[in-house]
Amino acid sequence: MESALLLEKTILVVAVFAITLFIAMYSTLVERKVAGFMQARFGPDRAGPFGLLQPLADGGKFFFKEEIIPAGAHKALFIAGPTIAMFTACISSAVIPWGQELTIGDRVITLQVADINVGVLYIFGVVALGVYGIMIGGWASNNKYALMGAVRAASQSISYEIGMGLSLIALLMVTGTLSLKEIVAQQEGFVNWNIWVQPLGFLIFIVCAFAECNRVPFDLAECETELIGGYNVEYSSMKLAFYMFAEYINMFVSSSLMAALYFGGYNFPFMYDLGLSQNWITIIGVLVFFAKILAFIFFFMWIRWTVPRFRYDQLMRLGWKILIPLAVANIVLTGIVTIVKDTYF
Amino acid sequence: MSIFYFVAFLSIFFALMTIFAKNPVHSVLYLVITFFTFTIHYILLNAQFLAIVNFIVYMGAIMVLFLFVLMLLNLNKDTEPLKSNLVKVMGVIAGMCLLVTLAGSFRVLQATGVDIVENTEIGLVGNLGKVLFSEFLLPFEISSILLLTAMVGAVLLAKNDPKNA
Repeated sequence: MESALLLEKTILVVAVFAITLFIAMYSTLVERKVAGFMQARFGPDRAGPFGLLQPLADGGKFFFKEEIIPAGAHKALFIAGPTIAMFTACISSAVIPWGQELTIGDRVITLQVADINVGVLYIFGVVALGVYGIMIGGWASNNKYALMGAVRAASQSISYEIGMGLSLIALLMVTGTLSLKEIVAQQEGFVNWNIWVQPLGFLIFIVCAFAECNRVPFDLAECETELIGGYNVEYSSMKLAFYMFAEYINMFVSSSLMAALYFGGYNFPFMYDLGLSQNWITIIGVLVFFAKILAFIFFFMWIRWTVPRFRYDQLMRLGWKILIPLAVANIVLTGIVTIVKDTYF
Repeated sequence: MSIFYFVAFLSIFFALMTIFAKNPVHSVLYLVITFFTFTIHYILLNAQFLAIVNFIVYMGAIMVLFLFVLMLLNLNKDTEPLKSNLVKVMGVIAGMCLLVTLAGSFRVLQATGVDIVENTEIGLVGNLGKVLFSEFLLPFEISSILLLTAMVGAVLLAKNDPKNA
């Protein structure tokens, strides 16, 4: 029994890991394809049909590039930087519920690696940890531009974590649980999605998610016009690829988090009215969940080619003077609505 | 139990490394690892909420700020001020006093014995929230006012004086 559970979880972990890496890998291609589409050009189309082998070619190139560790750098921390960035990006997907139960023979398999009762806080903690990768790497490079990029990344991430946490508190007041599995299970069908009760919270959350992922318009940490390249300026070869890859994985994880918290996760309209067996509902649910995630990833890329980068003081003003008061107002509003609803309806 | 001893060893080891590291940034990083071992201790005690809050607040926020400040100051061996012998002697005496106090309190605690908590689920979020908002409501609110005061004070200090601007 125990070993069967262990095997089941191992397969699940490996599958989630592989899918995460696969999606992150192809996000790099899709990003350039979307960029091409937005600017009325083709994008990469040389490697294989429609450029489908481009990520493999890029990966191979990254492996064979010369690896340079600057003479003045702290060697151990220089290597630790990208490692931490990659590690924290990968472990955050552990608590996301990918689907309902699958029944194979007499075994019920839950499509979630770990259902801990502080799931939302776990994700929050891992996100908070993610900034160490950038900070350590930027500092260990012993380069002033890298250091400035690292400092920017740290202050940006701390500022927007507060807004993100406050927007989540309003959501938790509605759901009444910290377990991601229960939060998703509550949003059955279509009308129960949390986006309908927490539209403002979702807006704050998505802005903060963009900032936490260091994506345009919040990519001040790697602003090439001011900082040459930002925290990763001294990195080359696979270490640079790790930083970039960590960013794409973060994008995937935050997309799945938004889909799970606000857009019903694996739930889809009329899921129990079609007369399907539980296994089919689960399989379709997983596909629906991934469709939602891919839609959010596309949204990330769409914004990248639509909105220009902020100035640093604008970024801080948006975080501290607009998003945080809005999030607090959202909490108060949610509290009032909850009390009124409980008393009079 | 053996896990506890291993993690306790790690905590003390990294705490010592925090003190002995020459480079202040290394010191902070060792302190981060020390806090991480504390998180493991909380999980071993089944205090999930405390574990994750320790993780977010200490490792994710406070230590990032520490690191932030140290990176900006760019301290290293050359800029470290040499301390006079008097300070070193005073440090040794103060450390000895602390050791005596700790040993004394440890003896007293040994005499009274250890309370065994019957409810091992007390550290889970729901139970902790119920206790905080019923039994310990007043201390909880007072500590939040304390934090608010600190926040207002920090804003006041950081604010530009209109006369100087």
